[in-house]
Amino acid sequence: MVVDKKTLVELFTRTLKLRLFEEKVWELFGENLVPGTLHLYLGQEAVAAGITAAMKKTDWVQSTHRGHGHVIAKGADMNAALAELLGKATGSCKGKGGSMHITQFDAGVLGATGVVASGLPIAVGAALSCQMRGTKDVVACFFGDGASNNGTFGESLNMSAIWKLPVIWVVENNLYAMGTPITMTCPSGDIADRAQGYCIPSKVIDGNNAVEVYEAAVEAVERARQGEGPTLIECKTYRMRGHSRFDPAKYRPQEEADYWLSPEKDAVIVIQNIAFENGALTEKDAEKIRKKLQKEIDSAAEYAIKSEYPKPEDALEDVYAEVF
Amino acid sequence: MVEITYREALRQGLREEMLRDESVFIMGEDVGLNWGGAFKATKGLAEEFGEHRVRDTPISENAIAGAAVGAAITGLRPVAEIMFGDLISLAMDQVCNQAAKMRYMFGGQTSVPLVLRSVFGGGKNLASHHSQSLEAWFMHTPGLKVAVPAFAYDVKGLIKTAIRDPDPVMFFEHKLVYDKKEEVPEEDYTIPFGEAKIRREGADVTVWGTFFMLHKALEVSEELAKEGISVEVIDPRTLVPLDKKTLIDSVKKTGRLVLVTEETKTGATTAEVAAIVQEEAFDWLDAPIQRVNAPDTPVPFSPPLEQFFIPDNKRISDAIRTIV
Repeated sequence: MVVDKKTLVELFTRTLKLRLFEEKVWELFGENLVPGTLHLYLGQEAVAAGITAAMKKTDWVQSTHRGHGHVIAKGADMNAALAELLGKATGSCKGKGGSMHITQFDAGVLGATGVVASGLPIAVGAALSCQMRGTKDVVACFFGDGASNNGTFGESLNMSAIWKLPVIWVVENNLYAMGTPITMTCPSGDIADRAQGYCIPSKVIDGNNAVEVYEAAVEAVERARQGEGPTLIECKTYRMRGHSRFDPAKYRPQEEADYWLSPEKDAVIVIQNIAFENGALTEKDAEKIRKKLQKEIDSAAEYAIKSEYPKPEDALEDVYAEVF
Repeated sequence: MVEITYREALRQGLREEMLRDESVFIMGEDVGLNWGGAFKATKGLAEEFGEHRVRDTPISENAIAGAAVGAAITGLRPVAEIMFGDLISLAMDQVCNQAAKMRYMFGGQTSVPLVLRSVFGGGKNLASHHSQSLEAWFMHTPGLKVAVPAFAYDVKGLIKTAIRDPDPVMFFEHKLVYDKKEEVPEEDYTIPFGEAKIRREGADVTVWGTFFMLHKALEVSEELAKEGISVEVIDPRTLVPLDKKTLIDSVKKTGRLVLVTEETKTGATTAEVAAIVQEEAFDWLDAPIQRVNAPDTPVPFSPPLEQFFIPDNKRISDAIRTIV
């Protein structure tokens, strides 16, 4: 596939946006403005950028506990997203969800979930709904290598295959389930091997290369839209930081970390260089895009900081459609 | 009006809703052509509506519940069946962490209009994994509504309300009431949630109970009437929302309360109801509230053991006599 220049710029912009967003979140966290815990998407940006660039606005994504990247990549409003992370009333979930439930339905996000692997069956239902309603929309379900060891993985892949559902299973294999390495949880090291047992086509790709992700996604989305059923894409990637807020990730071997955290593997640098090499972008263009994104993100942070916290008694609202 | 069974009334309700609204569909293990549901509640519906709307699933309870969630948040109205209530344990994450919490943790961005049907209760020597009464688990989970129809007229009206409700409804049936007959209108009607029904008016003591225990309590009431003891029997019909007013008004009238369910005693719905009554009607009580439940053991298999486990008419009448 030849990815055109416009798409390369789009992939660069999306990848960079997720990077700058997460860097801002980390900064706000350092200022003690983000309550609770954080699972940053830093390092994995090319996955969400590449997958969502192949999707339409009306398509759906199912997110995870490491969900900021999925939501922003799908086009969520950054003001509402950052306000949510800060627990403000103007947050997309009115401050009731926070980092692990960051969600914007109107951007096509079905939800982010604090329970690892619980998103897969929900993606099955959403894809079934697209199929039964004849919308031609598709669902991309993100999950990690850790989630692949939960029962819902098998239950959901199987259902998607027997019903030929329009779903793309996106494994973000960042090599660690919290602190447990993939070598201890998966005999072959490749989650994609498991798809064969469910008759689902799969491939392993470099998840830090937005173009590779995009190309795989275009093919999978097309298959799904044509009614040919699910595809599994395993994106090999790596967390730039630890699992959650204070994890320094010292359990990762130095050699491995050096490889993955080198400029050659950095998701932003990779797509930037591809764009440069293909004449899609000049350094000046790249800088202009970066400045524009940074301005938007700074302004979103300002909005979030200035926003009010919810009233304490708002905790009683939104349990049911009506009060009884 | 014709007398029909509870099973037939339930099927009528499901059928009428499927005719009324094409977004309603049924999914579950063996609900379709070959079986029509383990208790035959969906028999004939796959023939009429097709296998896509009465959908047999693999034995994947968590994915069944999760797929119902995904379908519900994207425009369909799924009625998922879990063959035995005991097996909802396999779907607890989707029911209690997702369906119940989505409206809340996403700040009201979505409704989850699903119905999850299942069946509780002993009396058929099906032992520890097919006989439990676990409704308290769901009454304890904010975000879920819980319907407990025990009579044919109610099951039809309540299933229709459940399907039209914007919130997730746990719709529980009982194995021994499927063959109970009652006059049921052939036309469309709904029964509002949160409205108890006084099954029998009385002056000396109030009996509040659910499912098959209501049928037993009514038999006991007939017997006691011959001795001049006047029993009022209240059927809550839904546990969430719970009609406190009808119960409290009755207790204010009789001054005495006996609570009867087939659940194991500790932490049962009866414990919650007893607490409510002592909070809201303490001054009207003339005697301690009596609880009639199963002992705190798993449900045993052998007929004499199971008969000992399930409250019988004598235990109900003894409890009444203790305080009258």
